[in-house]
Formats: sequence, structure tokens, C-alpha cells
Amino acid sequence: MSLLEVRDIESGYGEVQILWGASLSPQDGKLTSMVGGNGVGKTTALRTIMGLNRAWKGTIKFDGKDITHTPAYTKAELGIVLVPEGRQLFTDMTIYENLEMGATNKRASSKFKENIERVYTMFPRLKERASQKAGTLSGGEQQMVAVGRGLMADPRILMIDELSLGLAPVLSLQLFESLRDLRKQGLTILLVEQNVQMALAVSDYAYVFAEGKTEMEGPARELMNNEHIRAAYLGL
Amino acid sequence: MTLILQVEGVSKRFGGLQALMQVTFDLAQGHILGLIGPNGAGKTTLFNTINGVFTPDEGRIRFLGRDVTGAKPYDMARMGMARTHQIVRPLNELTVRENVMAGACFGHENQGLRQASIIADEVMSFAGLAARANQLAGSLNVAQKKRLEMARALAAHPKLLLLDEVLAGLTPSEIDGMVKTILEIRSQGVTIIMIEHVMKAIMNVSDRIFVLEYGMQIAEGKPEDVVRNPKVVEAYLGDPQMAKRLMEEG
Repeated sequence: MSLLEVRDIESGYGEVQILWGASLSPQDGKLTSMVGGNGVGKTTALRTIMGLNRAWKGTIKFDGKDITHTPAYTKAELGIVLVPEGRQLFTDMTIYENLEMGATNKRASSKFKENIERVYTMFPRLKERASQKAGTLSGGEQQMVAVGRGLMADPRILMIDELSLGLAPVLSLQLFESLRDLRKQGLTILLVEQNVQMALAVSDYAYVFAEGKTEMEGPARELMNNEHIRAAYLGL
Repeated sequence: MTLILQVEGVSKRFGGLQALMQVTFDLAQGHILGLIGPNGAGKTTLFNTINGVFTPDEGRIRFLGRDVTGAKPYDMARMGMARTHQIVRPLNELTVRENVMAGACFGHENQGLRQASIIADEVMSFAGLAARANQLAGSLNVAQKKRLEMARALAAHPKLLLLDEVLAGLTPSEIDGMVKTILEIRSQGVTIIMIEHVMKAIMNVSDRIFVLEYGMQIAEGKPEDVVRNPKVVEAYLGDPQMAKRLMEEG
């Protein structure tokens, strides 16, 4: 069953249209990736699903209900959670305070204890450094806080925009492993990722974006050696 | 084959960031060179170093056979190098014609206003902006502003044109139109270096492709060869070995 049903969405910024018809339906309990080169609309698709960009056209359904024009804060309460590109932490606040900020809605705050245990088990380093200011952490640790804050919101679907961007290979590997653990725990994940090899290695299913559209889709492993993927990134 | 530009071992550092490391290439007159690479690879920094916004820490730049290392952007403009900017920079309070005239006045031929106005009319009609000549530049839409950016550079009658993401933000049909315009500019004898993320377009239009990653050149050659270069594939798609490791553990 698909938790999210995105049909033919179009969107953009000001007068610049970026999305020209993206459709995807991430399955419940699976890890789904969106891959494709720079500027093909992956981030815009996530932002539109989250409600940070208005859908100019198309429909978005969550759990069978139309949420195309539901505001972002209501979507967050429903359990649609975005870990934004570039992490966007509160750098002058501690790790613990950043995690608290994820759990502000009613549903999430009632499960605070359980969720913070889950975050600390996954990223022990965050527990060790709970009172350290987020801005003093390394890039990889900051990404752990960003994912942790997302988990604190008690997501039904966790959307992550660029998990590994700017991180050293070893740290990327570690974060991808964490993602795979979350997937094993049954969390539904929608991942946007520049590193297509890694994304396909951890994903169940993937969508390839090109020129603002979902151009191709399929089981992740089947896409790994597909010539079209290279063409989607490199143009030939 | 005449070389219009020679970049020899150019390096540029900003504090702890090595933005360009030992970049070397030659550009033949009349060619289109496509400059690609992941975000933050140093493409725009290379443009800024070629046209004199930055002075390289190491290396030399030769333009038309002359050593121009350390020359200022206005010197380069006078010598016949023009550029567009990724974030368009129209003079919003001036008309489209006045914007284009500014290119002619401060470019290669250093024209007076009367001649600049004649050149502006020619260039605007070539760039499809003639109907907008008397409109304020600030009132143009994105595609028109991109064309204005290009028209202002062309009015300088450059020998070398640097295009920084002129296709970004355009609709698919506007991209086709712009690609045609770029090919026409080349057919008039102008050499072009273009930075572009719209891969299909840049691969089709370029004679050669130059690939930067983390400030280093990782490949150079014909488009069909570059897209099959393992280093380029890895730069864009990630490291297959790491992916393999992840799968084996899973």
C-alpha cells in the first residue's frame, strides 16, 4: 500500500517553474529514493509534498486523504516530516534542545521519551554530546542531529533531502547504515540523494527525475546498472 | 588551429578552501567548451579567474597569445572577453536598449553612444529583444533577462564569451531557443565557454567538455567520451565500491 500518492504535481519559485509533472507513490514501510542531477526538481518535489511550496497543479494524497493544499504545520502533525537540505539546525542551541524542537506537536510530545531513546540508540554520539551547541559539531554529527530531530517528530513518513551532501565517505556510509536500520524498524522513508549509487544500494524502490519530471521508476537494484541513469545525470 | 585561451596550472585558494588546483587547458578559436562539475566544484571561480575578477595564486592565463595573468576585468573586456552571470545582473532602472548599449560602450570596441545604439539595435534583434527595446530591464521575465544578459555581452563584440548557466530556470522550449542562439553566436566566429547543469543541452552543443571536481580537473574531451569516463561517472553518481559495501552488509 502506498502511504503517499503524488500525482502530476507542478511547482516552482516565483515565475520559474521547476516541476513539470512528478508522480510517485512511496510504499508503506519501504525506503524510496528520488535521484537525478542538479536542478531536476527533487528538492522542489519534497518541498511541495511538505507544503513549503504550493502545488500549482496535481494532487497529493496521504493515507487516502487529499492534502494537496494542507498547510505544512498540519502535515507535520499528520506525521509528514522533512529533514531539510543543509540540515538547518538551531546552531546556538544544544543537541538536546534541537531534538526537543522536533517534538513540538501534540502527537510527538506524548511520545517524547520513547523517541529520544530511539535517537540516542541510533546515534550514541548525540547522547554523549547532548549539552553541546549544535553549531560546534562536525558536518556528519550535524546531519545526525537533523535526522534525529526529524525522528523526534514521530514521523509516519520521513523525507530526507540530501543525506550525504558535503560529508566524507565514511560518515556518509554510517548515515546510510542508520537509514537502513530505520527502514528495518518499519519506518517509511523518502530520500533525495545526490549519491545515486549509495541511494540505490539502500533503497527498495527509486524514481529517476529528469527535467522536472519523474522519468523512470523501478526496484532500486534493477536501476543500478541502467544506462538511462547515467544519461539522466550526464545528458548522453 | 589558433589558441584563443591558454590556462596553465592555475590555482586559487580562499582561506582553507582550495577552490582551484592546477587547472590547465587550451581553447581553440571557434570552439564551444562545456564546463561541468558537481555543485561547488569551482566552475564559477574558474570563470572569475579567467576574466580577472580573481588573480590566480599560481599559474598563468594567456588570452590571444598575451599573458593576461593579473589583468583586471575591464582590461579583459577591452581585449575582447565578455561574460554573463549566473544570477542575472541587469541595470533595472535602464531600458533594455540602454543596457545593451552599456555592453558596447565598455567592451572590445569602446564605442560612443551613437554607434552603441546602432549595435544595440542589431544585437537586440538577434537576441529576440527588439520588441522590448524601450521597456525597463527590471520588468522583463526570467527568460528575457537571460537573453538581455547575453545581448549585453554580445554588444561588446567579444572574441571569447563566457556563459554562466544561461539555461537555468528556462522552460524546455526556451532552452531549445537559447541553444539555437548559442550555436548562431559560434557560427559568427565567437569562441564560447559555458557552464551548465542542463546536461542534455551542454552535451549536444559543446565541441569539448571539461570536468571539474573539488577544484581539480578530472576529465577533458569529446562529450561522448567524457560521459563514459569512470571518474566523471563517479563524480556524478557516487562511488560504486562504497555502494557495494553497503549492499554486502545489508
